[in-house]
Amino acid sequence: MAAVQETVERVRSIDVDQYKYGFVTDIESDKAPKGLDESTVRFISAKKNEPEWMLEWRLEAFRRWKTMSEPTWARVKYKPIPYQDLYYYSAPKKKPGLESLDEVDPEILKTYEKLGIPLREQEMLAGVKRSNVAVDAVFDSVSVVTTFKEELKKAGVIFGSISDAIREHPELVRKYLGSVVPVSDNFFATLNSAVFSDGSFVYIPKGVRCPMELSTYFRINEQNTGQFERTLIIADEGSYVSYLEGCTAPMRDENQLHAAVVELVALKDAEIKYSTIQNWYPGDASGKGGIYNFVTKRGDCRGDNSKISWTQVETGSAITWKYPSCILRGDNTRGEFYSIAISNGHQQVDSGTKMIHLGKNSVSRIISKGIAAGVSNNTYRGLVSAHRKATGSRNFTNCDSLLIGDKCGAHTVPYIEAKNSSTIFEHEATTSKISEDMLFYCMQRGLSAEESVALVVNGFVKDVLQHLPMEFAVEAQKLIAISLEGSVG
Amino acid sequence: MLEVNNLHAEIGGNQILNGLSLDVKQGQVHAIMGPNGSGKSTLSYILAGKKDYKVTEGTVRLEGKDLLALSPDERAAKGVFLAFQYPVEIPGVTTMTFLRTAVNSVRKKRGEAEISTPDFLRLVREKAASLRIDQEMLKRAVNVGFSGGEKKRNEILQMALLEPKLCVLDETDSGLDIDALKVVAEGVNKLRSPKRSIIVITHYQRLLDHIVPDVVHVMAKGRIVKSGGPELAHELEAKGYAAFEQAA
Repeated sequence: MAAVQETVERVRSIDVDQYKYGFVTDIESDKAPKGLDESTVRFISAKKNEPEWMLEWRLEAFRRWKTMSEPTWARVKYKPIPYQDLYYYSAPKKKPGLESLDEVDPEILKTYEKLGIPLREQEMLAGVKRSNVAVDAVFDSVSVVTTFKEELKKAGVIFGSISDAIREHPELVRKYLGSVVPVSDNFFATLNSAVFSDGSFVYIPKGVRCPMELSTYFRINEQNTGQFERTLIIADEGSYVSYLEGCTAPMRDENQLHAAVVELVALKDAEIKYSTIQNWYPGDASGKGGIYNFVTKRGDCRGDNSKISWTQVETGSAITWKYPSCILRGDNTRGEFYSIAISNGHQQVDSGTKMIHLGKNSVSRIISKGIAAGVSNNTYRGLVSAHRKATGSRNFTNCDSLLIGDKCGAHTVPYIEAKNSSTIFEHEATTSKISEDMLFYCMQRGLSAEESVALVVNGFVKDVLQHLPMEFAVEAQKLIAISLEGSVG
Repeated sequence: MLEVNNLHAEIGGNQILNGLSLDVKQGQVHAIMGPNGSGKSTLSYILAGKKDYKVTEGTVRLEGKDLLALSPDERAAKGVFLAFQYPVEIPGVTTMTFLRTAVNSVRKKRGEAEISTPDFLRLVREKAASLRIDQEMLKRAVNVGFSGGEKKRNEILQMALLEPKLCVLDETDSGLDIDALKVVAEGVNKLRSPKRSIIVITHYQRLLDHIVPDVVHVMAKGRIVKSGGPELAHELEAKGYAAFEQAA
């Protein structure tokens, strides 16, 4: 834990206003021409040295995308996104697929060091606890380095960039890519399918318990650049993996688009645990700038007895549009969603989950904690549905909202459908305010106003925090305190 | 230690305190008695710095320094402790975490080093045992699902850990049965010291059988109408408050 503490301290000491990760790294980059048409898609595919089938897949997505329109049902307001005014590909100028860390631009290494993400394996091994986390670092559009690759290989685990996987494991990618989030799933996912530039790929073979936590760290650096990463995780029969994802970006006055797709496939008896700490730049105090985060995350419990669990801590982004979901296809499958979504300043969050029960006796559990401060809006939107054949399925949902101050809003929009009579769905929801009495009580015991809010909020989100891997939980706790700085007057 | 001079205060436009004066010397225990609505709790909240109350006139000094200018946490660091009549529940925060956060916050503000985990655990175990608080209670969320007695014992535990100079006990006896009352009173008596002043706010004489005060004040309509020794409490018990309210 000491290493993480240090990480947090180090990140905190970077002197950039409230948002602690808002620095820009000065490196040369290789960009696609501005705008989006078929040639952009071809450019990206060519840059990645992709096989023909991949290019076709992308072009198909692009054709579909042109016929689609942006969804408007979410409770978020934003200016139209100038899709033709963005860069869709930006890579640090160095050949991708580096052999060793020494080939990575030292500026990039420094960036990750500043962020507290160690990429040198020997350094990680020197740290006590961090050593069991393998990291895939994605800088703008490409994966710059993956650590502990060799060690994972021994266990038969494939972990690396999806670009490499497309070339090296085409049979796996072709079989599973788009099998959970279809090419034409939704506007943003389809855009991603056309222009995704990199992301992580994980395959855990049959019966293997992944020997370490896998982690991807996303960083947007370039200006006017959209980040479209694609993550695909396959847990073969009887395997287990825990995957962590972290994200930050520099402070920019204009909004930046981030439209990722994450697909998880859990085969029979497999388990995937996916944790996210999303800390994109949220914009400044007046609501200027910040990341537009339109993300499609979905897991498929394809085999019987499989389990997928999403845990997310959402503190950043100007706009969050994100619904990590589970399709409970197999019998006796289990889906879980644990979420902490914090909005402060002018942030807008519309987030939640979908639990689609298709298999018999499938079980799902949703614990969502929304915290709204400043003039932000925080919406939980969830769908729980049971198919006709999903007899004996169960869901328990608990959505709690906490308001800090009187200018923010919390909303809960649950959709519940059960098409068979043996399904049991439970839904609980509460909305509360941090009471003056609670704060006064804490302050009377010597805590400052901000320490008091952090303590109360940490208590509020405890049910979710305990589902995060230990090291992440500590960082999340600190992050919550930082995100709420200045929320009490 | 504490000098309150001609204090006037209101909440939401209602005048509650009307020229209250009080002088508590170091090491003394003062009892303030009075009927409902006489302003006893208001006084305790104003000493602790609760936002909603507005002081319109008068001064409050702790060790000669203006207390009213300080925020509640600064007052806590200076040694003001309020044992709440209705301790607040904080869901999801274990009592142990809360105690430790409080102790370290106060130490930090007092310019002292944070207490180490083993030292803290030893200290809590010792103080908790003397208040007959079992370890299980410390693992539960602060005041959540606590019985009346547990809540009040928890208040006294915090008081013992934070080492205040001025303790204000706001109706600590309310909601306690005789046995719990004795445990709480014993806890308070242990904290009596020549360096510490204590104000006990109560309706009833019975608490004062266990915590024997140096001075007893009768409060009515927002001011102190009579002061005396411990015998005054007995007089009140016999005569009731009505006679004193008229005097106000």
